[in-house]
Amino acid sequence: MDSNMKMTTDANMEAKTEANMTAKTISRRQVLKGTGALVVAFNLFDPLSHVMAQVAPGALNDEPQAGALDSWIAIGRDGKVTVFTSKVDLGTGIETALSQIVAEELDVPFKAIKMEVGDTTKTVDQGVTAGSRTIERAGPQLRQAAAATRQQLLKMASAKLAVPIEQLTVTDGVVSVMGNGKKVSYGSLVAGRPFNVQIPATGVGWDLKVAPDAHVKSPNDYKIVGTSVPRVDLPTKFTASFVYTQDVRVPGMLHGRVVRPATVNSKPASVDEESVKDIPGIVKIVREGSFVGVVAQTEWAAIQAAKALKVTWTTPETKLPANSDAVYDYLLKTKSFAQRPVVNRGNADAAISQAVKSYEATFRWPFQMHGMMAPSCAVADVQGNKATVYAPSQGPFDTRKRVATLLGVPEDKVQVIYREAAGCYGRLGTDDAAEDAVVMSRAVGKPVRVQWMREDEHGWEPKGPAQLLTVRAAVDASGNVVAWDFLDRSFPWTESGGQPLIASRQVGIKGEGQGALNGTGGGGDTYTFENQRIVAAAIPWVKPDPTPLRTSPLRAPGDLARVFASESFMDELAAAANADPLAFRLQYAVKNQRAVDCLNAVGKLANWQARPAPAPAASGNIAKGRGIAVSARSTTVVAATAEVEVDRSNGEVTVKKVAVAHDCGLIINPDGLKNQIEGNVIQGTSRALMEEVKFDASGIHSLDWASYPILRYEKIPSVDIVLIDRKDMPALGGGEPSIGPIPAAIANAIFDATGARLREAPFTPERVLAAMRSATTSTRA
Amino acid sequence: MARISLRVNNQTRVVEADPQTPLLYVLRDDLELHGPRFGCGLGQCGACTVIMDGKAVRSCSVAVSAAQNAKITTLEGLGTLEHPHPLQTAFIEEQAAQCAYCMNGMILVAKVLLDKNAHPSEDEIKEALNGNLCRCGSHLRVIRAVKRAAGEPVSA
Repeated sequence: MDSNMKMTTDANMEAKTEANMTAKTISRRQVLKGTGALVVAFNLFDPLSHVMAQVAPGALNDEPQAGALDSWIAIGRDGKVTVFTSKVDLGTGIETALSQIVAEELDVPFKAIKMEVGDTTKTVDQGVTAGSRTIERAGPQLRQAAAATRQQLLKMASAKLAVPIEQLTVTDGVVSVMGNGKKVSYGSLVAGRPFNVQIPATGVGWDLKVAPDAHVKSPNDYKIVGTSVPRVDLPTKFTASFVYTQDVRVPGMLHGRVVRPATVNSKPASVDEESVKDIPGIVKIVREGSFVGVVAQTEWAAIQAAKALKVTWTTPETKLPANSDAVYDYLLKTKSFAQRPVVNRGNADAAISQAVKSYEATFRWPFQMHGMMAPSCAVADVQGNKATVYAPSQGPFDTRKRVATLLGVPEDKVQVIYREAAGCYGRLGTDDAAEDAVVMSRAVGKPVRVQWMREDEHGWEPKGPAQLLTVRAAVDASGNVVAWDFLDRSFPWTESGGQPLIASRQVGIKGEGQGALNGTGGGGDTYTFENQRIVAAAIPWVKPDPTPLRTSPLRAPGDLARVFASESFMDELAAAANADPLAFRLQYAVKNQRAVDCLNAVGKLANWQARPAPAPAASGNIAKGRGIAVSARSTTVVAATAEVEVDRSNGEVTVKKVAVAHDCGLIINPDGLKNQIEGNVIQGTSRALMEEVKFDASGIHSLDWASYPILRYEKIPSVDIVLIDRKDMPALGGGEPSIGPIPAAIANAIFDATGARLREAPFTPERVLAAMRSATTSTRA
Repeated sequence: MARISLRVNNQTRVVEADPQTPLLYVLRDDLELHGPRFGCGLGQCGACTVIMDGKAVRSCSVAVSAAQNAKITTLEGLGTLEHPHPLQTAFIEEQAAQCAYCMNGMILVAKVLLDKNAHPSEDEIKEALNGNLCRCGSHLRVIRAVKRAAGEPVSA
C-alpha cells in the first residue's frame, strides 16, 4: 500500500503538509521558532510562513495565552493577517463571518485574512463551537483582539513616522499621516517581529473577555461587516480541493473500522479471528477492554473484516424501552433530578385553580437524529506518550482532554487539529471517532483513520432527547389569559461535558453524573402573563447510558419541542377566543418589542390576513392552511409562518411556503445568515413531518436513510426571509434560532387547514388522519 | 488482487485492487480524489456520485471491476479552482451550500441533467436531484444554481 501514500496532486498539498506535521507533534512555539525540518513543511503552507517569518524564538509559551496579543493575530511582512481561533467552521460559514469582523476592526482588506482554526497547539481555548454562540461570544473576543492589534500598530506607526496617533489614519492595512503623504504599511511596521504585547484577558471559554477596553469602531462606520462577503471555503468545496477530515491522509496510515455491540456494557465473550482469515490486508483485530475494532491496510479490507468478524457478545439487559409510548410514560412518571425555572411570576397554580376556565394539553417530541451526511471520522497517530489527532470536533480542547484521559497522558502531549466534516448540528461535541482512532492507533503503533459505517452512525450517534411537555392556562371572564404553566420533561444530554465516549467506556473509563439539561428556551417566554411559570425538568436516563439511545444537544436543543408545545397551545387559546392567531400573540408579546417587531414583519411578509383559525372549510381533498409561531433562542428572536396543504384522503402534509422574520441584532453577513435560515426551515420541516428514531428493546431500527427518511427536493418549501438588522445591538447567533418555531408554525397551519390539532411529532399521515378523526368526534374546548 | 485499468478524468490510471472493491474507495484511497465522498455506502444518499459513461452513478455501489473501460468523471474532472466549470461557478455565485459534503453529488447529477436537457424546468431539476440527500438544507440554493448554470433567470 505504500504507493498509495505518495502524494501526487496539488489538491493534496495540504494533506501533505499535515503528513509532515504528524511526523512530529509540534508546538506553536516550535512553529514560530521555525526550527528544523518543519520549516520545509510550513513553507508549503502559505500563511504560516508569514507567521514564521515574523516571530522571534521564545516569543511564546507552548500554550497560547489569551493575554498575549501574538496568540490571536499575526501579521506577515506582506501584510497578510493570520487569525488564530479555536472556534471551528461546522459548515455554517462562521470562518468567513469572523474574518469579516477582524478585517473590519483591523482596517485591512477582507482577502488579507487567513484563519488558523482549531489546532490546540496554536489557539486559545474559546470554548466549544455550539449554541449559536460563536458570533455572540467569539465575535467580540476577536473583534477586541483586532482592535488592540490596531492600537498597537498605530503606536508603532506613531513612533516610526514621528507624529501623534491622532494624526494617523488607516486604509487597507496602510497607516497614513493625515495632511501629508507619509505612510507605512502594517507589514513593514511589524517587519517580521512579534508584538510581544500583553492585553487584558479574563474568564475562560465562551466567557473569555479579551482587551475589553480596546477602542472599537462604531457600527455606523462598518464597510465589511454587514455585507454579503462570499464564503471563503465554497470555491474549494465545489472543485474538490477542500480537505475534509475524511480526506486527511498521513504516511503509513492504516484504516480502522469499529465493531459495535448491542450496548456499551456488552463484553466480547469470544472473538473468532478465524472468521476473517481469508480477507487479505488485515493488520490487527484490536481488542481492548470491551472495545473491538479492525485495522487493515485498505479501507475495503477493514470494512469487510468488521462486517465478517464473528464476535459473541455478552448480553446485559439493554434497558432500552420497548417503544415510544413507554418512553413518554417513563418521562411522565419519573422524578426529575434537575429543574430550572425559566420564568416564575405570580402564582400559576392558584390562578388556574380559581379560574373561570382552564385548559391543559400534553405534547410529545420523539428522539431524533443529527443525521450527519458524513459518518464520524478521525485520524489518530499515537506514538509513545504523544498523540496527534485530526478530528472534526466542535470542541478540539474537549477532544484533547478526552483523548489525554483515555491515554493517561497530560493534555499537552495531545495535539488535536480540527478538520471540517459534514454539518453536524451538535453531534460532534461528542467526537466519538477520535477515541476509536486513538485506541486503534495505540494498538498498532501507526496512524489509523477510522470512519464509521452508516449503520454505526445512525445506530450510535447520540440522539436528540425525547420530550414530554405539559401546558396549562387559565382565562378570566373577559377571555384574557391570566395564567400560564409550562413544564418540559426531557432527558438530559448523557454525553455532554466531560463524559467519556463509547471507546473510553469500553476500555473501562467511567462517566459520572446524570448529564446536562436539554436547554431551556421556548415554552412561552416571549409572552408575559400575570401568573406565569415555565420550568424545564431533566428526567434521569440510564447513566452512563449504555444503550444506543445516548443523547446530546441536537440543533436548537429542546426548542423545537418546547416551541411546538407552547405555540400550539397559544394557537388553541386563540382559537378558543375566536381571535386571529397573530393578533392574539401580539396582545401577550407586548412587553417584548423585538418579538412584536418580528411578528409584524413576518405577517407583512406572508401577507397575513386577520381571521380566526381554522380556515373556512373548502371542498375537495386538499385543505389549505396557514400557521404562525414566534420564539427566542438566547437573545435572537424569530417569527415564522407556514402555508401547508393537507390531503384529507391520506393525511399527507406538504409545506408549500415558509416566511421568516429574524432578529439576531447586528448582522455580520446577510447572505450567510439567510443561508442558515433557509437550512433551518428545511431541516425543521423535515424534523416536523418525518423524523422519529425507531427502536425497541432489542435496539435501534433506524439504521439507514430508508428507515430514517429526511426531506427531499420534492417536498422542499419555498422560503421568504426578512432580516431585521439592529445596528444598536451586539451581533447575536443565527445558526439555530430559526429552526425553533418551524414545527409549531406547521402544526398550526395543519390546524388551520383541517381543524385537527397535532400533539405529537412528527406529523406523519397516520397522526394527521388520527387527529382529523379526533377533531370531528370531540367537542372543542 | 487484480490489476485494473480505469479511465478517470481523461487519464488512464492503473490500480492493484480486489476486483470487488467498490469504486469509491479506489477513487479516494488509490487515486487520491476528494470529489466522491462516503456518505452511506448503500446507494441511498448520493455523496459518492461520479459520472460513468454519461450517467450519474453511486460509486459506493459499483465494483471497481465493473468500471473498467468506462469513462469516469469525478468532480475534479469538471473544473478546477482556477478554471471552474460553469456549474461550479453557478454554485459559487449562488453560495449553494453550507457544509457542501453532499454537493459533489448535486453538481454531478446537475451536470448529467443539463447535458441531456439544457433548459430544465424547476420540477425537472427537483426530480433529477430528488435521490440526493442534503442535511444542511441547501436545496433552494442548489435549484437556483442549476437554473443559473442553464442560463435561466434566478430570483433570490
